[in-house]
Amino acid sequence: MITAKRLCKSFSEKQVLSGIDLDIRPGMIFGLLGPSGAGKTTLIKIITGQMGFDSGEVNVFGKAVKDLTGEDKKRIGIMMDDHGVYDRLTVTDNLKIFCDIYGVPYSAVSRVLKEVGLDDSAKKPAMKLSKGMLARLKLARVFMVDPKIIFLDEPTSGLDPMTMKYIHKLIRDKRASGATVFLTTHNMEEAATLCDEVALLNEGKIVERGAPDEICRRYNHQKKIDIHLTSGEDIELDHKAGSAEMITRLLEQGMLETIHSSEPTLESVFLELTGRKLDQEEEEMYA
Amino acid sequence: MRNIGIIIKKQLRDTLKNKTVLIQFIMFPVMTLIMEHAVSIPDMPEFFFTKLFSVMYIGMAPLTSVASIIAEEKEKNTLRVLTMANVKSWEYLAGVGIYVWTLCMAGAGVMATGLPSSDIPFYLCIMATGFIISIAMGAAVGIFAPNQMVATSLFMPVMMVFSFAPMLAMFNDKIEKAARVFYTQQLRVLLGQMTFDGIKTETVLVIVLNALIALSIFFAAFKRKGLE
Ligand SMILES: Nc1ncnc2c1ncn2[C@@H]1O[C@H](COP(=O)(O)OP(=O)(O)OP(=O)(O)O)[C@@H](O)[C@H]1O
Ligand SMILES: [Mg+2]
Repeated sequence: MITAKRLCKSFSEKQVLSGIDLDIRPGMIFGLLGPSGAGKTTLIKIITGQMGFDSGEVNVFGKAVKDLTGEDKKRIGIMMDDHGVYDRLTVTDNLKIFCDIYGVPYSAVSRVLKEVGLDDSAKKPAMKLSKGMLARLKLARVFMVDPKIIFLDEPTSGLDPMTMKYIHKLIRDKRASGATVFLTTHNMEEAATLCDEVALLNEGKIVERGAPDEICRRYNHQKKIDIHLTSGEDIELDHKAGSAEMITRLLEQGMLETIHSSEPTLESVFLELTGRKLDQEEEEMYA
Repeated sequence: MRNIGIIIKKQLRDTLKNKTVLIQFIMFPVMTLIMEHAVSIPDMPEFFFTKLFSVMYIGMAPLTSVASIIAEEKEKNTLRVLTMANVKSWEYLAGVGIYVWTLCMAGAGVMATGLPSSDIPFYLCIMATGFIISIAMGAAVGIFAPNQMVATSLFMPVMMVFSFAPMLAMFNDKIEKAARVFYTQQLRVLLGQMTFDGIKTETVLVIVLNALIALSIFFAAFKRKGLE
């Protein structure tokens, strides 16, 4: 569905993408993870033809990006984090413009508003929407033409957990109806629960890829058991038979408060691979 | 082609809700109607206010509205969404241009209501020409400016010069001489004559030259920056 080979892109001396390979199969949710400035947005822009590239190959629907026809583009839905809406127009009027452009009947508006749960706000001007509602309006705009491929650049960043869950459900529904989804995020949890496959992008290179749980298992080499005692003490046990005795004893003495094995998360894999926290930049920004 | 109509429709919906742009279109026509009916000073030239406000309208409304429409759309990245949906840049610009021109012509139609009907065709021709030049200039500003703030600071001085020069020219000979290089002043002269007969070459030359400059700035801007 989407493939890239040895894709490179630089902005005046600064190499942003160096040799990206991708193969995204139809019907999956693919997540591109990486810290701020890794080149996620740049990669989406290149794949969607909003930006050129220096070398390599990018194919969508089996065609080079520049050869995509107007018909092809209609089957691609794109939501970029900086793409705006018409503030003064109502939710409905915002969508009607795109009905006109795509040649879709106006009846699609109420269908798609129901889908994203905005039917109560149909008559509201877009500038009066909350952040979460605005995100859903932008999604509605993408869903209107029933795209085969959907690109979402940080679809849930800065949203409350409720809206986030809701949007995840929408994305899964799209997969169920046969769409391929390409999304970016810096939220590890989101990637782990939502994506069929992820790629970790760091400084312009893909440093790891695969199904989230498979990646985590691959990096599960230290295998530890973390225990928190009622006394407030923390102890770490090895993943060995001998540890069982110790655990039994603690249980008998009623000293055990919590216990879990510490499998790596995408977050810790990323840290191990790059020595860099995924949202370090943001943390520094807000510090 | 269909997309041009869609842009026009979108602008129409938006203008009704955009008071700052709406006022641009309505202010001069309304002021003209009021002044022509309310004020009469002895020895005042015929249709003094209609003619003066008409050229100010030309220098102001199309220029500022086209520039701010384009700049706003770039600032909020809605233009990007349109181009991603396969609306071509020229279709967008044509849509905005035609829309503003039509609205301005409607305004000019209102301002013409006081004129003798035999003068109206000539008057509307002059207005139509002036609007086109101003729209080209507004579009050039809109293309150059990355956002509305920059657009405003660019079109303000330009608009002031074009729309106020004809008025100031009435009070001061030196200004009148300088103002002759602007199309608005020459259009003012033409409105004074109200006839195609005896149009001076200087007048035609200045207007054509202004139009050429406006259009070449527009095309240069478009070629260099596109609608990014
Ligand atoms: N148009 C541009 N001109 C010059 N440099 C650019 C341009 N666009 C992006 N960059 C640079 O490319 C790098 C990658 O940017 P990009 O926006 O792709 O990162 P990102 O992974 O999307 O980050 P974020 O998570 O913050 O959205 C950054 O260093 C950025 O400064
Ligand atoms: Mg980004």
